[in-house]
Amino acid sequence: MNDAVIEAEEIRKTLGRGAGEVQAVRGIDLTLRRGELTLLMGPSGSGKTTLLLILGCMLAPSSGRLAVCGTPASGADKEQLAKIRREHIGFVFQSYHLFPTLTASQNVQLALDIRGEHGREAAKKACDALELVGLEKKASVLPAELSGGEQQRVAIGRAFVASPSVILADEPTAALDSANGRTIMRILADAARERQRAVLVVTHDPRVVPFADRIIEIEDGLFVREEAGTSEHFRSWGRAASLS
Amino acid sequence: MMSLTFTLATRNLFHDRLRLVATLVGVVFSIVLVMIQMGLFLGFGRIVTTMIDHASADVWIVPKGAKCFEDPSLLDVKLQDKAASVEGVASAVPLIVGFSDWRLDNGEMTPVFIVGADLRDHMLQPWSLVEGHVDALSQRGAVAIDRSYFDRLGAAGIGSTAEIRGRRVKVVALTDGIRSFTTTPYIFVDLKSARLYTGMSAQRASSIAVRLKPGANRENVIRALRAQVGDAKVLSSAEFRSRSRSFWLFGTGAGAALFAGALLGVIVGTVIVAQTLYSSTKDHLSEFATLRAMGSSNRYIYNVIIYQALLNAVAGYVVAGAIGAVVVRLTATSALPIVITPWLVVALFVLTVTMCVASGLGAIIRVIRIDPATVFMR
Repeated sequence: MNDAVIEAEEIRKTLGRGAGEVQAVRGIDLTLRRGELTLLMGPSGSGKTTLLLILGCMLAPSSGRLAVCGTPASGADKEQLAKIRREHIGFVFQSYHLFPTLTASQNVQLALDIRGEHGREAAKKACDALELVGLEKKASVLPAELSGGEQQRVAIGRAFVASPSVILADEPTAALDSANGRTIMRILADAARERQRAVLVVTHDPRVVPFADRIIEIEDGLFVREEAGTSEHFRSWGRAASLS
Repeated sequence: MMSLTFTLATRNLFHDRLRLVATLVGVVFSIVLVMIQMGLFLGFGRIVTTMIDHASADVWIVPKGAKCFEDPSLLDVKLQDKAASVEGVASAVPLIVGFSDWRLDNGEMTPVFIVGADLRDHMLQPWSLVEGHVDALSQRGAVAIDRSYFDRLGAAGIGSTAEIRGRRVKVVALTDGIRSFTTTPYIFVDLKSARLYTGMSAQRASSIAVRLKPGANRENVIRALRAQVGDAKVLSSAEFRSRSRSFWLFGTGAGAALFAGALLGVIVGTVIVAQTLYSSTKDHLSEFATLRAMGSSNRYIYNVIIYQALLNAVAGYVVAGAIGAVVVRLTATSALPIVITPWLVVALFVLTVTMCVASGLGAIIRVIRIDPATVFMR
C-alpha cells in the first residue's frame, strides 16, 4: 500500500512581478504520508503559508508536480481543485473560520453538505465528529458562545468529519493558551496515528514540537532542515527551538 | 432533510435584521407600485368599456374614425333601417351620447355625459338600480343618475330636480357604482330627451347598436352590414371594446404612463434588492471564501445567494399582496378601481422572483472572484 497522500516534486512559486517579484518557494520536494504528523516551521516570510496553499490546492505552483491521493493537481482548473479539496483535504485555520450563524453541529455538517451528504446520516456523522473532539454536549451552541479552544475543536471536527486523507492545519494553536494548544495537538496527533491521516501543521509555536513525527524547517522558500523521530526525540528539539 | 444552503441563506438574512427590513421595504415598495400601476391599467381598461360591456349589442355601427364609445362623431340615423333589413339582425337601435351642462338649483353648472337609448328595446339602460324604475325614464324630463354623484349634481335622491340645457329634469332612478373614468357623471335618459340635451338633430346618432337573431352567423351578418353602411364602421362588440380600450390606454398616453410607473417600480426594486444582496454577500465574503477553501463548488455558494434572493422575494411578495388586497378593497367603489386578476397575481409573483434572482447576479459575480486562499491571510 502506498502511504503517500500528497506528493510534491520540484515545486516553485514566484509571487509578484518585475521589481516586486519574489521566489516564495524554490524547488521543494515533499511527500506527506498516512499516519504521520509533520510540522512545517519557519519564520514569517519563509514561504510556509505559500507552500501550504499549494499543497492545499488553493494556489497553483509556477512549476513542479503535485498529486493528491494520486490525482494530479498541477494544471487543474478552479472547480477541479475544489473537487480535490472537497474529497481529500480537511483544513484547520488559525482563525477557526466558523460560520457565526450556524451551531457547532451545523458547522461540522457543512463539510458533508458541500459533498452532497444531507439528512440524518450527516447529522450522525457530525455528532460523532464533535464527540471525537469532546464537544458532543455543545452541538447546538453557536460559535460566539464557545471559547477559542472549543471553536478550534469544532473546526477540527469539521475538518475530520468527511474522513479526508490529509489534514492541513495553519497555526492551529496560535490563538490558544498552552492547555488548549496541547488538546488541539493531541487531537491532530491522534488523527494521524490512530486514524491514519496525513497531517501537516504549519506553525511558529515550539510547544507543538513534541507531537510531531517529522519536522521540516523552511527558510527563504527552501527546506533547510528535516528530521524524523519520536516524541521523546522532539521534546528536546522543541526545547531548543523555544530557546532559539 | 434539506441542504444547509437554505439554513445558511436564512441565517444570513436574519443575521442583519435592519438590512433585511430595508430589503423587504424595497421589494414591497416595488411590487406594490407595479401592482397598483398594473391594477390601474386593468381597472382603466375595464371602466372605459363599461357602456359597451353593459349594452346587449352584438354588433356596433359607429362613425368612420370613431375611436371609442364616447366619440363625438355622428352618423346618419337612416343606417338604422338599413341595418335592420339585413338578414340575421333582430334589432338595430340608435344611441345618442354627448356632453351637456347640468345646472343645479343653486345656479351652479357642472358638465355631464348624456347616454340616451330607446328604452323599449333594452339595448342600453342603466344597471345596478337601487331605487326607482327604468320605465320611469320614458316620462318627460326623467333622468337616472348614480348616487355617488349626489354632491356633484346637487341631488339628494329620487325627486331631485335640476336643468339640462335649460330644460327641467327630475331624478326618477338611482344606480350604484356606474362611475365615469372622466369624472363627468353619466346621465341616463331616453332617446328623445338625449337629442334635446345634446342638441343632436333627429337625423343623427352616435352609434347604432345591433342585436342578432339567435343562431345568426355573426361574421356573415357583419359582412352584410358592411356592404350596407357605406363609410360607417361595423364592429363586433369585442372589436369595439378593443378599439375603445386601445384609444383610452394608448391613444391618450395613459397606458404608457401606467406602464412607465410599473417599469420604475421594477427598476427601483431590482436596484434595492441588488444593492442589499451585494452588501450582504460582501459582509459574508469570508464565509463564502471558507466554503470555497473547504472545496464547495461555486454552485453551492450560488444556491445560498439564490435562496436569499428567493426568501426576499417570497416575504416581500406576501406583504405586498396583503397591501394590494387592502388597496383593491379601498378603491373598489372609486371612479377608477384597481383591478387585480388571478393572472396579475401570478405575473407579479413571477416578476418578484425574477427581479430578486436577477438582483443576485451582482452578488454572484462578486463571489466568483473570491480567492479561497484569503482564509489563510488572517
